[in-house]
Amino acid sequence: MDRRGKIFLLVLATLAILVLLLNTVVPASSSLHLSTYTVGLLGKYMCYAMLAMAVDLIWGYCGILSLGHSAFFTLGGYAIGMYLMREIGTRGVYGDPVLPDFMVFLNWKSLPWYWHGFNMFWFAAVMVMIVPGLLALVFGWLAFRSRVTGVYLSIITQALTYALMLAFFRNDMGFGGNNGFTDFKDILGFDLTHDATHLTLFLITAFALGLSYVVCSYIVASRAGRVIRAIRDAESRARFIGFRVESYKLWVFVFSAVLAGIAGSLYVPQVGIINPSEFQPVNSIEVVIWVAVGGRGTLYGAVVGALLVNLAQTFFTSAFPELWLYALGAMFVLVTLFLPQGVMGLFAQIQRRQRRPVASAA
Amino acid sequence: MNMRSSLQRLSGRSRSAKPPRPIVIAPQDVLTAGPDASHGVILYLEEITVSFDGFKALNDLTLYVQAGELRCIIGPNGAGKTTMMDVITGKTRPDGGSAWFGQSIDLLAHTEPEIAQAGIGRKFQKPTVFERHSVFENLELAMAGDKAVWLALVARLSGEQRDHIDDVLEVIGLSARRYETAGALSHGQKQWLEIGMLLMQDPRLLLVDEPVAGMTPQETERTAELLLSLAGKHSVVVVEHDMNFVRSIARTVTVLHEGHVLAEGTMDEVQGNPKVVEVYLGE
Repeated sequence: MDRRGKIFLLVLATLAILVLLLNTVVPASSSLHLSTYTVGLLGKYMCYAMLAMAVDLIWGYCGILSLGHSAFFTLGGYAIGMYLMREIGTRGVYGDPVLPDFMVFLNWKSLPWYWHGFNMFWFAAVMVMIVPGLLALVFGWLAFRSRVTGVYLSIITQALTYALMLAFFRNDMGFGGNNGFTDFKDILGFDLTHDATHLTLFLITAFALGLSYVVCSYIVASRAGRVIRAIRDAESRARFIGFRVESYKLWVFVFSAVLAGIAGSLYVPQVGIINPSEFQPVNSIEVVIWVAVGGRGTLYGAVVGALLVNLAQTFFTSAFPELWLYALGAMFVLVTLFLPQGVMGLFAQIQRRQRRPVASAA
Repeated sequence: MNMRSSLQRLSGRSRSAKPPRPIVIAPQDVLTAGPDASHGVILYLEEITVSFDGFKALNDLTLYVQAGELRCIIGPNGAGKTTMMDVITGKTRPDGGSAWFGQSIDLLAHTEPEIAQAGIGRKFQKPTVFERHSVFENLELAMAGDKAVWLALVARLSGEQRDHIDDVLEVIGLSARRYETAGALSHGQKQWLEIGMLLMQDPRLLLVDEPVAGMTPQETERTAELLLSLAGKHSVVVVEHDMNFVRSIARTVTVLHEGHVLAEGTMDEVQGNPKVVEVYLGE
């Protein structure tokens, strides 16, 4: 791992410890105290950061602009949401021990087959990875085998997430229709209304983000990582030196989808709701903007971009709610025009400039 | 002319125009065993026809390349030189004809990576290297071996492999620039790097498309030496426009015209051939 990667992990660890201290040790009366609301917000941003990292891996390193990654994120969220719904049990409005409220409301008599097993956490945790991974495998296999690339691939990934949105809006799908899942009570017996549960979820998310970074940097530093970048830069050359380009693309795509699914599963318990609007095509486009703002092809740039844009969004939507979308658009245009390497590229540029006089003096 | 073609003529297979063959993944051992050139011929192209929207890029092309030979292919623009390479490397499926790599490998039944693995390396007309990888990494990626994803995730270079890369760096004269990004190389050096990448693949047959385009005379001379040193151990097919260059390296020259072999022989024979003169000068 390079020096910047180590710095990134160090900053992440410091941030996690700081949040822990400011939330628990510092008394609530102090101005330095971090409210559980803020902890939840930061946890949410970290999930977005993980999603952005997944997109950076596929876009920044493999050159595949996926405009449907929110779909994998949301599927991961739905998978854990199914577990959380079954955890409610008799505490629901209708008090049915097996059926979630919305099924009782729809007059369903028994649990649909695909809801079985979700009363067990481990099963849901596995599905969080398998469902997005399997979708990515089938979708990617069809797309890459037919050599669909570039803007065409981007468009069909948009279509994918849009189709999923329409499907999940339907009540007969058995995923709660447009209301989705909410009113969660606990996860593994820990009350989701407790501050300690939220803090723990935040810390787990920070750890997961750090771990994803370590795994992703291992991948991009391996020979497979070099092959992936080679495919991005000169696909046919890679093919003519004997690489099965489709297999590599498929592998990265599936891995990236699984990562997005895990991010989604960490997101849902923290925000307490999941509904089909998360499948909106614009969500996936926003992720791409985060990565572009941070600087693609660096992994940590994606994290920085996700945090920056979401902090800006939190500020704008409370200060000037009607201006946010314009600000987002302007940010994207400015970054594309003036910072093709994103904020991280700007740092690197400044560093080079500072070094230059030293080098000439020596 | 040779056993394969006579066998095919007996069975009447090659006469009839066949639809493009489906892509069949052949058993891996046939590919890794490499071509069987025991009859002295490494490449058989027989009655290959390729048409694009009615335009026949290749028209009943028949060509044989001997093992260890250095063959130059010349011809005016649009003669079908690049299309021929596309057929050999699996990029384009012909409408008819057959293409075999040695006795055992049917080129029309394999995909590009499979053909590359079987031992055919290709250098493009425009130098195509991985510009953002270092020179060393370019060679590493091109190295022969199993290229499965899960292996690449854990791959480490052995000392032997490093030595092999060092040797190739020496051959292409880029030892001193191994850690630089390939994009920083001059045009000529990129051409050599690409040839180096072909060598890393350890191919039996090298297809080299316009290796000296855009090179200085010194670079051209070095390239000629390089290609001559490769012939013998490898079979080399060079497509080139530069007649002086062709004269300096060629033993056998094939002239293509309108997707068909117009003449074949030594450079002098070919240049004296009235049909060739007409194509090159007459119109």
